[in-house]
Amino acid sequence: MTEVIEFQPGWELIVGLEVHCELATKTKMFCGCRNEFGHEPNTNVCPTCLGLPGSLPVVNGSAVEYAMRLGRALQCTVSPSVFARKNYFYPDMPKDYQVTQYDKPTNTAGKLELPDGSFVGITRAHLEEDTGKTSHQGGDGRIHGAESSLVDYNRAGVPLVEIVSEPDIRTADQAKAYVDELRKIVLALGVSDAKMEEGSMRVDANVSVRPVGEPEFRTRCEIKNINSIRSVGRAIEYEAKRHIALYDVGEKPTQETRHWDEEHGRTRAGRSKENSDDYRYFDEPDLVPLVPTADDIARIDAALPMLPASRRRRLAEITGAAAADVTLVVDRGHDDFVVSVVGVGADAKKTLTRVENDLPPDQPITLAPQSFAQLVIMETAGELTATQAKQVLAEMLENGGDPKAIAAAKGFEAMASGALEAVVDGIIAANPADWAEFVVADDKARKKLSGFFTGQVMKATQGQADGRAVAEVLARRAAR
Amino acid sequence: MLAMPKPISRADVAHVARLARLRLTDDELDQFTPQLAAVLAHAADVEALDVTGVIPTAHPLPLRNVVRVDVVRPSIDRAAVLAAAPNVQDGQFRVPSILAEES
Amino acid sequence: MTAGVAPTAVSIAAEVRGGTRSARSVVEEHLARIAEREPAIHAFNLVLRDEALAAADAVDAAVAAGDDPGPLAGVPVALKDNLCTRGIPTTCSSRILEGWRPPYDATVVERLRRSGAITIGKTNLDEFAMGSSTENSAFGPTRNPHDLTKVPGGSSGGSAAAVAANFAPLALGSDTGGSIRQPASLCGVVGVKPTYGVVSRYGLVAFASSLDQIGPFATTVHDAALLLEIIGGHDPLDSTSIPSPAPSLVDVLDRGVDGLRIGIIGELAGEGIAPDVLARLHEAANVLEKAGAIIDTATIPAAMYGLSAYYLIAPAEASSNLARYDGVRYGLRVDAPTTAEMNELSRTAGFGAEVKRRIMLGTYALSAGYYDSYYGKAQKVRTLIINDFAKAYEQFDLLLSPTSPTTAFALGAKTSDPLTMYLNDICTIPSNLAGQPAMSVPFGVGDDGMPVGVQLLAPLQGEPTMFRAAAVLEAAMKETSR
Repeated sequence: MTEVIEFQPGWELIVGLEVHCELATKTKMFCGCRNEFGHEPNTNVCPTCLGLPGSLPVVNGSAVEYAMRLGRALQCTVSPSVFARKNYFYPDMPKDYQVTQYDKPTNTAGKLELPDGSFVGITRAHLEEDTGKTSHQGGDGRIHGAESSLVDYNRAGVPLVEIVSEPDIRTADQAKAYVDELRKIVLALGVSDAKMEEGSMRVDANVSVRPVGEPEFRTRCEIKNINSIRSVGRAIEYEAKRHIALYDVGEKPTQETRHWDEEHGRTRAGRSKENSDDYRYFDEPDLVPLVPTADDIARIDAALPMLPASRRRRLAEITGAAAADVTLVVDRGHDDFVVSVVGVGADAKKTLTRVENDLPPDQPITLAPQSFAQLVIMETAGELTATQAKQVLAEMLENGGDPKAIAAAKGFEAMASGALEAVVDGIIAANPADWAEFVVADDKARKKLSGFFTGQVMKATQGQADGRAVAEVLARRAAR
Repeated sequence: MLAMPKPISRADVAHVARLARLRLTDDELDQFTPQLAAVLAHAADVEALDVTGVIPTAHPLPLRNVVRVDVVRPSIDRAAVLAAAPNVQDGQFRVPSILAEES
Repeated sequence: MTAGVAPTAVSIAAEVRGGTRSARSVVEEHLARIAEREPAIHAFNLVLRDEALAAADAVDAAVAAGDDPGPLAGVPVALKDNLCTRGIPTTCSSRILEGWRPPYDATVVERLRRSGAITIGKTNLDEFAMGSSTENSAFGPTRNPHDLTKVPGGSSGGSAAAVAANFAPLALGSDTGGSIRQPASLCGVVGVKPTYGVVSRYGLVAFASSLDQIGPFATTVHDAALLLEIIGGHDPLDSTSIPSPAPSLVDVLDRGVDGLRIGIIGELAGEGIAPDVLARLHEAANVLEKAGAIIDTATIPAAMYGLSAYYLIAPAEASSNLARYDGVRYGLRVDAPTTAEMNELSRTAGFGAEVKRRIMLGTYALSAGYYDSYYGKAQKVRTLIINDFAKAYEQFDLLLSPTSPTTAFALGAKTSDPLTMYLNDICTIPSNLAGQPAMSVPFGVGDDGMPVGVQLLAPLQGEPTMFRAAAVLEAAMKETSR
């Protein structure tokens, strides 16, 4: 039994997420119309995605491939699947049914690893088609009170994968981490551009609470219209507090779909779609089953790129850092570079620090790993001070070139340890009283005095000495 | 083996009509209810068949994995698409208020 | 009048391709017959007079230029009005689609055009192909050319009547539960439901997708074979299309039935079938036996339950297929303050009673709590029927039954009782459930002098054998009438 995380004293939060990802295929799920965002309304349409009488769907092979790739990345079982029709009336749905996968989805029973090493179960990840878009006019532009609506079917039929998690999530931060991680996986796989602001990745949250220790789940509400990762956390927290407040006064939430109102920071009851749960699913007779072979699955597995969790694990192993501390470098896509640099002999920890702190975070790295390794090696060997190393790196980033040559040109010639010791001895000799004090001082006092001596050495060497090396010499002399 | 459910009632027919977005008059409800009940009663003759363990057939052919290559095909002209529409505005299909529709 | 007075498709195409007759004269001849009898029969929702003449001139120009317009050069073809024709109204005989002009052609329409055929009109049908008499048309019933007080059968009654009245030597229909074969039988013409997936459904307005199949009407077995060869074969636009070329039929027509084992379906050759129809069935069996076939009784026990399964499966699929007629994108709209009301009023005004009945029946069969008892169980019965056929085809090459339990009945005789009307389909439904081919071949007349058809059934893709037997039956009929 894992430790219970209390959302509020005595209450546990239970969250399951449904994430819709539009697949980045060239064409729609069931027809050859362009799958692109931002065109003039109703220009990427044909008889099939408009649901014209007599039209028929044909499955996009790439969409199936992408869905299986995502499924395997989420460690799902890929099974024979069957498309089904989900029947309900809505004007953005050209056929007034949605083609989706119901009881035989492509992917089932997977899991997703969060950066903190915990896992969230994946119930299923199935293929389906997107709806068109409605915009509302009159009223305040919202669906409530609008006098009429306009429908654009460019998005109708765009392939989606819906990833349904188990109700394993216990905090709003975990929910955000889950969405963030899923987004990174999808991007790593190249199956979606996963832009929440453009709607190519959409999150619905199923939220409920229960008293700590209660084994059963309580009534949940489905929160839709969440448009950013930040809102995922806000919406869940708002909704959980709403439930607790209701229970506190002896009431209960009703099971319903609610909408996140970003502006007012609250959820609102959605349309109580009449008979909305009677979707009359049945197998789509216009399509035939998809039956992937073991070879298909092996081929997909072999072609999977390294995923964020594995990248974090690899970097943590190499550098000895905690998995959480390598996240930044992995997220920036700089981890392969670190691995290469360390591979040619540079110190792993120092490399990680330099890459994380001193390389531009938003750009791909153009430096040769060998040059960067050379720089780190020089610094580690004390041939360059930290300050000098940064200056050399800046020059390398600006104009390229070999770190040794740059250091030489800048006059950062290696200060041999013998030369440094001679300088230190000179300073000691010039300040006998301070030195006597230093030798007998406790750690705290010595730290203070150490600053004085180091400053003197730096002045004498015009900053070319390495601070750490100075401290070492001082300590050695004092111990004599 | 499943027993056949109780006969379809007038209320069932009214409910189904709502689900299917059809509006029936009282007379039509009176007329349709026994007609649907008769067809469903006839369908009850499958009671006599033992279907235990029988795999349902959704489709008569054993076709599998029919997919197309992900290549763009021309869409149809928007003017032709909209010409068929009952109400159009700004290149889009115009419909009356969508919410406020819970009857 | 009898079929066969007018030239066949084969002879027309031969003359037009050979330059001995113009396509224009062929079309004019058929238009003249339409002008004379169509007002009484009402086979068409739309006669494409100008378009047909223009197409005929194009064929003639091609011939004059030394080109071959194709195997159906200059042959008029009537199309059931649930086949999409680009820019030409396609109504499904429903108010809800009145005035709708599809922006695309059905695959079969495209293939007909490439073969040199000339579309002469769009034929009447029971609304959305739901019916067995063509009385459920929003535009009025079609009448049987053999007796104008009788129905032509349905739902492809307009296509059957058009061929029977020699308005066109060929027509296309669609068959979901017998909608080609039953009207062919009642109108005395050849009608074929091919194996599911042989003919592309792309552009056929769906009734019940897992059962629908397009097929030919013709006055002769040879013409029907030729037409099926032209419209059949794989189509990448239909995921349920069989990935192989159309069957070769014309070349095998003269191979006879010597040694073929043919079973009369016992369950469909007794109770519920009119005595005169049964008499023709047994005469047909005798003809086949004399031609060398081995005749015996076959049993398809689950066939008895086909009707029940069909009237759950077909409405269930239809309820979903017909949801899209909501007044948003095309077709009829009745305005209302909200979209839901607009949907409801449009559908209520646009659909006829039979369509509403089936939509409600199908919605009910699929709805929560009833799925397993109705739709789920019907699909299992479907499996049993397929299994029974498989067993029968271990012993037989072909099966034989009546097409329709009776000859054509009077208009209005069955409209008040849907279940009685549904019983017309008892012999034809099992083939749709199994996806197997079946065809109706004219075989004499009943006590009332109206045409009787017998039905030949074959296993999946068994069309060549089926057509051989059909040719033998047809030859025997010609012999008799001589």
